[in-house]
Amino acid sequence: METHPMNSTAEAKSLSTTIKAKGISRLLRKWSLQIALTIVAILIWAFFLWRSPNTFNSYDIYNSLMLTTPFFALMAIPQTLVIIVKEIDLSFPSVMAWGVAAYELVYVATHNVWLGFFACLLAGLLAGFLNGLVVVKLGIPSLIATIGTQYLWRGVVMVTTNGQGKGMIEVKSTLLYPLLTGKVAGVIPMEFVWTIIIAAIAWFFLNRHKFGAHAYLTGDNPESARLMGVNVNRTKIIAFCLVGLVSAFAGFMVSESLLFFWPTMGDGYLLNTLASVFLGGTSVFGGVGTIYGTVLGAFVIAIINPGIVAAGWLAYWTQLIYGFIIVISVSLQALLRRRFV
Amino acid sequence: MSDLLQLKNVSKTFGEVAALRDVNFQVGTNEIVGLLGDNGAGKSTLVKIITGYHQPDAGGQIIWKGKKIEHLSVPLARDLGVEVVYQERALADQQTLWRNIFLGRELTNRWGLLDIKTMTRETRKLMSTVMGFTSSAVSPESTVGTFSGGERQGVAITRALYFEAELIILDEPTMGLSLSETKKCLDFVEGIKKAGKSCIFIDHNIFHVYPVVDRIVVLDRGTVAGQFMKNELTLDELIDRLYRVAQTGSLEQRDQASQ
Repeated sequence: METHPMNSTAEAKSLSTTIKAKGISRLLRKWSLQIALTIVAILIWAFFLWRSPNTFNSYDIYNSLMLTTPFFALMAIPQTLVIIVKEIDLSFPSVMAWGVAAYELVYVATHNVWLGFFACLLAGLLAGFLNGLVVVKLGIPSLIATIGTQYLWRGVVMVTTNGQGKGMIEVKSTLLYPLLTGKVAGVIPMEFVWTIIIAAIAWFFLNRHKFGAHAYLTGDNPESARLMGVNVNRTKIIAFCLVGLVSAFAGFMVSESLLFFWPTMGDGYLLNTLASVFLGGTSVFGGVGTIYGTVLGAFVIAIINPGIVAAGWLAYWTQLIYGFIIVISVSLQALLRRRFV
Repeated sequence: MSDLLQLKNVSKTFGEVAALRDVNFQVGTNEIVGLLGDNGAGKSTLVKIITGYHQPDAGGQIIWKGKKIEHLSVPLARDLGVEVVYQERALADQQTLWRNIFLGRELTNRWGLLDIKTMTRETRKLMSTVMGFTSSAVSPESTVGTFSGGERQGVAITRALYFEAELIILDEPTMGLSLSETKKCLDFVEGIKKAGKSCIFIDHNIFHVYPVVDRIVVLDRGTVAGQFMKNELTLDELIDRLYRVAQTGSLEQRDQASQ
């Protein structure tokens, strides 16, 4: 049982100020991780701004950040849900490609881009559902199950495409093109807009909907949740489905922005995505995590590379600094948790 | 006394292990039943069948207010009015107090949106009226992992009480509690009786069980070894018999033989 150090000093003060101080300290405590992360993100950004004002004062760098961050930030959002329910999904890089492969299959057969797009989303959903099913029904740890399905879907993609890339010029004449890769007012890339939209939806469901409540409870203590009538299995399956769905969507977006689909697409997103989630304060032990943290984590991950290059350092430093920031921040999180929870 | 709950020929096997064998068990309306038995006697399994967490093997029957219930599930049991305070409290430690009070039964609107305002307000009300939390350090937003054993028990009991149960099951509620917390817990059982509700009270400690119950059921290795009304025998006689159960596995046969 932890003692509250405030108690003894606060007793002397009047009751109302005590309660007010308690309220504020409670808020600070509750959001300590988010506050710390926000400060870290601002500090890193300020540092780069100071080192290379030319780069970080221009629109170009932000345009490029808004274009490239979404590709892993998008997947980090539902991944946050999966990690909150105490699971993990490592298969999403392949699912990105599998979604677009499904698009290709349907497009070749029907010459209908929209039909292909929906097939892509459905394929992602299906892949997520399969992950959930294997984990929940067979009881295979998701870490292992999704390594397996990662190979599985990559294999399916390789076989169906013969390992060949394919142009997607047909998309350019449809509404999907401006909808996914256009720019709002010529300034804000749609990739970024979609990230914000999906983050907002995820935030809403996590914090205001029964699903989110059950997700936290499932990850925190699956046994308690089950005893009290929470459908733990369904909650987990939905979380996996969402990763699949969003991965396919992101895969389509990546391919569309280049108007080319290559079957190895998605490789290289795995670690950035997971780093964003964990940097954002989501606990690998389940039951704790926020969408805000994840989005901010993605921002930090995204800004380091261009920041280092703009500062005139060799890009070799990137990995080292990534490593430092991730190790220091998760250590800090562990300390904060021990102190406050 | 009419039966609120009746189990007929309920068995439960886990793989090779028979946790319960042909158990017949009743709880009357406004009756407090003490359930005694050693570790592994099947008490927890019995509880989890009543709460719909485990399904009994084929052939077993669960009858609630005279009606046979098929496929009892946790949500259905709760709808009927069965509430449990589990041995392990069934709390989610990193979540807030209000989320724990409404665990698995969040107040929502038709679209599943949480009514956080009402849940927080109700929790705040329960904190002062039922839980007896007066410290300003505790709020509905506090995480229950920071609570003491007694406070956690208070949360679990409050939860059972809030939803107006007809049958409250207490699974070793005094485990890990201090003396005054135990007293509070036993007062709570008497409160159930006064309120006209029923209760199954499970505890290792016969000195806790005996004063508050109407009837005692003894489980041994998955079967009902015996049951009797409290007014049939004194505490000393009960202890003597329990000792014999531990040796022979049966209460009544041994009893008859000795007479």
